[in-house]
Amino acid sequence: MSKAEILIIDDEPQIRKLLQINLESNDYKVLQADNGKTGIIMAANHPPELILLDIGLPDKSGHEILKELRTWYTKAIIILSVQNSEHDIITALDNGATDYLTKPFRTGELLARIRSAIRRNNKDESKTIIEFTDLVIDYAARTVLKNGSLLKLTSTEYNLLLLLSKNEGRVLTHQYILKEIWGLGFQTETQYLRVFIGTLRKKIEDNPNQPTHIVTESGVGYRFT
Amino acid sequence: MELHLKRTYSKPIQLMISLALVLIISGGCFLFSEVIGYKVVALILLVTVSLLAMLFDILPVLIASILSALVWNFFFIPPIYTFHIDNAEDLLLFLMYFLIALVNTVLTNKIREAENKARDKEEKENTIKLYDTLLNSFSHEVRTPLSTIIGAIDTLKENRSNLSVENKGELLNEMEIASNRLNRQVENLLNMNRLEAGMLKLKKDWCDINELIFSAIQKLESIENDHKINFMPNENLPLFKLDGGLIEQAIYNLVHNAIQYTPPHSTIQIDVSYHLDNCIITISDNGMGFPESEIKFLFDKFYRLPNSKPGGTGLGLSIAKGFAEAHHGTIMAENIIPRGAKLTITIPTETSFINNLKNE
Repeated sequence: MSKAEILIIDDEPQIRKLLQINLESNDYKVLQADNGKTGIIMAANHPPELILLDIGLPDKSGHEILKELRTWYTKAIIILSVQNSEHDIITALDNGATDYLTKPFRTGELLARIRSAIRRNNKDESKTIIEFTDLVIDYAARTVLKNGSLLKLTSTEYNLLLLLSKNEGRVLTHQYILKEIWGLGFQTETQYLRVFIGTLRKKIEDNPNQPTHIVTESGVGYRFT
Repeated sequence: MELHLKRTYSKPIQLMISLALVLIISGGCFLFSEVIGYKVVALILLVTVSLLAMLFDILPVLIASILSALVWNFFFIPPIYTFHIDNAEDLLLFLMYFLIALVNTVLTNKIREAENKARDKEEKENTIKLYDTLLNSFSHEVRTPLSTIIGAIDTLKENRSNLSVENKGELLNEMEIASNRLNRQVENLLNMNRLEAGMLKLKKDWCDINELIFSAIQKLESIENDHKINFMPNENLPLFKLDGGLIEQAIYNLVHNAIQYTPPHSTIQIDVSYHLDNCIITISDNGMGFPESEIKFLFDKFYRLPNSKPGGTGLGLSIAKGFAEAHHGTIMAENIIPRGAKLTITIPTETSFINNLKNE
């Protein structure tokens, strides 16, 4: 299999250099653009496996580029943003970003997110039974096994787990989950979400207080791992 | 008193008060002029004008002193009801009165101006001194990790071949610690700046406070394991409407502070409760407690306890306080018996008990 290609769109040469060295030494092929316009042209000429997009670009806002890319590009786009910008992050996720990382980020984290995002590009949608370490979800039978024993989930809990696990590794915003599970008009009822995430964690996590499956992304949403 | 009056009354009102006072006093003296004699009246009027000079601006007082001289001449110096003065002694008295009143007014004003100037200068010097202290503290806290990073990079570059693997590993470790420290300083300063600029907009949403506390603990445990952090979640709490990010940061800062100021292997206890629409979080430790005399300064910006460990900015507690106050809450520090320190955050908040939510 040939190397997976990653396009970096970032105006900071140091960040691009750092990403390039890291990614190349992890067997990715790296393409670079120092502004949004070039980035879009490069992506159109030769669609990469994944795009790393800085949300704070000088020529065009990263949000505009993301929207433009999403009109035709369907593979993973990971957003790079600065800290304390939950609003930016939520907007980007709503506009179709696959994931986000805040600068400064750790390389290990970056690589894990890239692997997970690329894996999802090639996900086999036909699989009906998926294992997540100690959890086995059977989407056809609507059953969940934890360490081999069947869990009793209510239908809301199951639907929530279904939504989260189908989007493994991806951050789902509060609004998105509320809309998907409870429907339009419930997007602001975050207390429902808190309560059901709480009850679901008690059933599927070894330690609900230090969850490993349903991870909170502070101020943004939840990520299933 | 002086500042207060000057600030309260505009110049026209000051003038009216001055003129009225001169006229009232003169009227009073006029009634008793048989008893006290017209020379004493001059002294009484001089005292009146002097008092006015202490309280009011120069212009109203000058006009009042001229008026008082004329009134004295017209109503008191014989022959009365004329500006005419008969004998040389009275003329001399009148001129002296006039002179003293003017000199008095001008001098008082000059003294006051000098005082103001001195006070302004002192204030300016204090501001500069404070600024210098802050800048020193800041540049020290930023330069120390930067020196480590730059130094380690130079060592790695120049001794590429003759450094042992262990030494290289150690240098990289130092760089990592220094970078994390730098990152924390920047984060703190940005937070402080957001607070000071009034740019802080609360993003309130329903929060599970137990989850926020666990999340803060998890972040702390990743950088520290010499202390024992105890927290039993309180399962009977409602959801609170808070800015989760800020409250988590406040808790993080307080626990981080407790770790910094207690010996290794100390225990830090976190508790959370709910009382009268308030979410109450306490963080207590079994360390040495705060020096009693320092408790009132703990939350001051850039304040650090004497003989603190290096690596802090003195911003953590004031940021926590700022975040609590942004929620109209408070933070209180006290010592506990037999020993240790205790910090209590109290946040008034909306609550939501929806445990009976339909779950099927």
